[in-house]
Amino acid sequence: MASITYREIDGDSAGYWLLLGGIALFVLFGLAAYVYMHHHGHVVTGMDNQIVWGLPHVFAVFLIVAASGALNIASIASVFEKPLYKPLAPLSAILALSLMAGGLLVLVLDLGRSDRLIVAMTHFNFKSMFTWNVFLYTGFFVFGGIYLWTMLDRTVKAYSKAAGTIAFLWRLILTTGTGSLFGFLIARELYGTPMLAPMFIIMSFAYGLAIYLLVLFAAYAWSGRPLGDALVRRLKNLLAVFVAAVLYFVATYHLTNLYFAKAQAVEAFVLRDGGIITTLFWVVQVGLGGVAPLVILLSSLGRSRMWVAVASVLVIVGGLAQMYVTIIGAQAWPLEMFPGYKATSSFFDGVVHAYTPSMPELFLGLGGVAVALLMTTFAVKVLRLLPEALDDATVEKLGH
Amino acid sequence: MNDNEQTVASKARRQFLGTAAAATAGIAIAPGVLLYEVAHGKADDEPVSSTVRWGMLVDASKCAEGCDDCVKACSAENGWTPVAESQHPTQAPQWIRKLELQDPLTQTQLNLPMMCQHCAKPPCVDVCPTGASFKRADGIVLVDRHICIGCRYCMMACPYKARSLVHEPLNDTQKPDVPRGVGCVESCTFCVQKLDRGEGTTACVEACTAAGHGALVFGDLNDPDSAIAKRLREIPTKEVRADLKLDLGVRYHGI
Repeated sequence: MASITYREIDGDSAGYWLLLGGIALFVLFGLAAYVYMHHHGHVVTGMDNQIVWGLPHVFAVFLIVAASGALNIASIASVFEKPLYKPLAPLSAILALSLMAGGLLVLVLDLGRSDRLIVAMTHFNFKSMFTWNVFLYTGFFVFGGIYLWTMLDRTVKAYSKAAGTIAFLWRLILTTGTGSLFGFLIARELYGTPMLAPMFIIMSFAYGLAIYLLVLFAAYAWSGRPLGDALVRRLKNLLAVFVAAVLYFVATYHLTNLYFAKAQAVEAFVLRDGGIITTLFWVVQVGLGGVAPLVILLSSLGRSRMWVAVASVLVIVGGLAQMYVTIIGAQAWPLEMFPGYKATSSFFDGVVHAYTPSMPELFLGLGGVAVALLMTTFAVKVLRLLPEALDDATVEKLGH
Repeated sequence: MNDNEQTVASKARRQFLGTAAAATAGIAIAPGVLLYEVAHGKADDEPVSSTVRWGMLVDASKCAEGCDDCVKACSAENGWTPVAESQHPTQAPQWIRKLELQDPLTQTQLNLPMMCQHCAKPPCVDVCPTGASFKRADGIVLVDRHICIGCRYCMMACPYKARSLVHEPLNDTQKPDVPRGVGCVESCTFCVQKLDRGEGTTACVEACTAAGHGALVFGDLNDPDSAIAKRLREIPTKEVRADLKLDLGVRYHGI
C-alpha cells in the first residue's frame, strides 16, 4: 500500500485571507444578532408561544445532524477498513467537530437564558432527552478529538481503529438522541415516533457527506492540489445511496401517517394545504433536495465535478428545508385537545400558526455555519489534515 | 411487696402518668396547632406533604360564554399583562385562557378555561434538562425560575399549550410573591402563593364563585370530605387527552 503525505495548506494567499475574513464577518454578524436578541429578549424574534423553536433550531439541529454524518467518511476508513477512504479521514473528523461546535453554539445562544449555561452544565435531569444530548455532544468532542489525535500523531496510530470504532458507535447514539429529541414528544402529532431516530441517522449520512464533498472540492481546487475522479465517483455514488435512503424514510413516514385517520388532517396540512410548509416539503425537500440530486448523481451529469457540487448544494438546501418542515411544520399545526371540536381562544388554539423568521434569527443560524467553516478553514492551515495529492494514480495504489 | 417489686410498680405508674399527661396535652394543644396551620399556612421552611393533592374541577356546563373573570383574576393575582393590553399578543404569556369549542356537526358550543393541568406524570417535568420544571409533593407543577434556562423544551412537550415564555423584560406590575423573569418559562401555579398562605383556593376559582357561576371548584383531591372530592363523586368528569394517561389534577364536567 502506498503511503500518503499529509501537509498543511499554505494559507498565505490573498484568497485564503479573504475567505477567512469573509467567514469571520458572518461570525461577527451572528454574534451581533445574539447580543441583540439577548438584550431585548425573544420579543425581537419571529418566535412566540406557538412557534417556540424557530430558525435558529433549524440551523442548529441541521448542523448537529450533519456533524455526525461528516464523521462517516473517517468511519468507513477505519471501522470498515476501506483503504480508499483513509486519506479522507482527517478532514472528515475535523469537519465533524467544527459542525458540531457551530450547531451547539447556535443552540446555546438561542436559549431564553443563555447566561445560565453554567446551570445547564451543573443541574441534570436524567429523564430528559436534552440532558442525554448534553453528554452525547460532550462525548462527541472527546471521542472525535481522540480519534483525530490517533490519525495525526504517529505514536498513537495503533489506537486509531479502536478510537474510530468508539467514535462511530458514539455518533450513531448521538444522532439517535437528536432524533429522539422530537421522537420522545407525545404532544405533537408529527412527533412521538421511534422512526425519527433512524431517519435522523440516515439524514446525517446525506447532509454530512454533501458538506464534506463541497469542502473537499473547495480545499483541493483552491490549494491547487490534484483530486482524481476515481475518488469523487465513489463518494458521489455513496451520496446517491444516502439521498435515496432519506427519500425512502420520508415516504414511509408519511404513508404510515396517511393510513391513520387521526393523522390525516395533519398530513393534509404538510402535504397539501400548508402553504410555505407544503412548498418547502415538495419543492425544496423532496424535489430539489431529493429527486434532483438523484437524477444528477445517477445520470451522466454525475461525471462532472461541477454537477456533483451542484447536487451537494441541493442536498444541503433540501436538508435545511427538511429541518424547517420537521421543526416548524410540526409546531404550526395546532394541538388537538378536544378531537371533533373546533377550538378558538385568545391563545391561538385551533389555528395554524404563522411564523416569519426575523433577521437576527437568520444571522444567528448563519453564524453557526460560519463558525464551523472558520474552524475547518483554519484547521487545514495549521494541521496536517489534507493529503498532498489525491489524483487517480495515487488513489489507485491504495487498493480498495 | 419487696423493694424490687415496688420499684417496678412505681416505674409503671410513672410511665402511665407520663403518657396520660402527654396525651392530654396533645388533645388540648392539637386543635390549636391545626387551627394555626389552617390560618397561617405552612412555614417557609416546612416541606409540602403528598397527603394533599391539589386539584380543580371545571364544570363546562356552568362556564358562561364571553365571561373571562377567571382570566382577569389570574392576571391580577399573578401580575401578567392581559393579552388585550399587550403590544405583542402572540408572544404575551397567558397562564389561563378561555376556550370556545364548537362541534361542526351539531353546532353545540362549549366554554371552558384551559390552563396547566398539573399532571401527576407531567411531560414538561420529564423533558426539562435542568430539573427547573418540577412537581411538588402536593401535585402542583411549577417552574423554578432560578434554574430555568429558557430552552422551551417543556413547551414542545406540553399537550395543553399551558406554558409561555416571557419574551420581553417585565413591566412594573410584578407581584413580590410571584417570581417571574424574561427568558424563563411559566404557567399556572394553582396560585401556590395563596395555598402556602393557607387560603386553600385560587384566584380564578374565587372570581368564578364571586361572579355567581360556580363553574370552578378547587381543593384537596385526597380528602374525601373536601368539596371537590364530594362533587367529583356526584357528577361524571373527564380528563382532557385522557388517552395520554397523564393523571391530571384538573377534571372537566360537560365535555
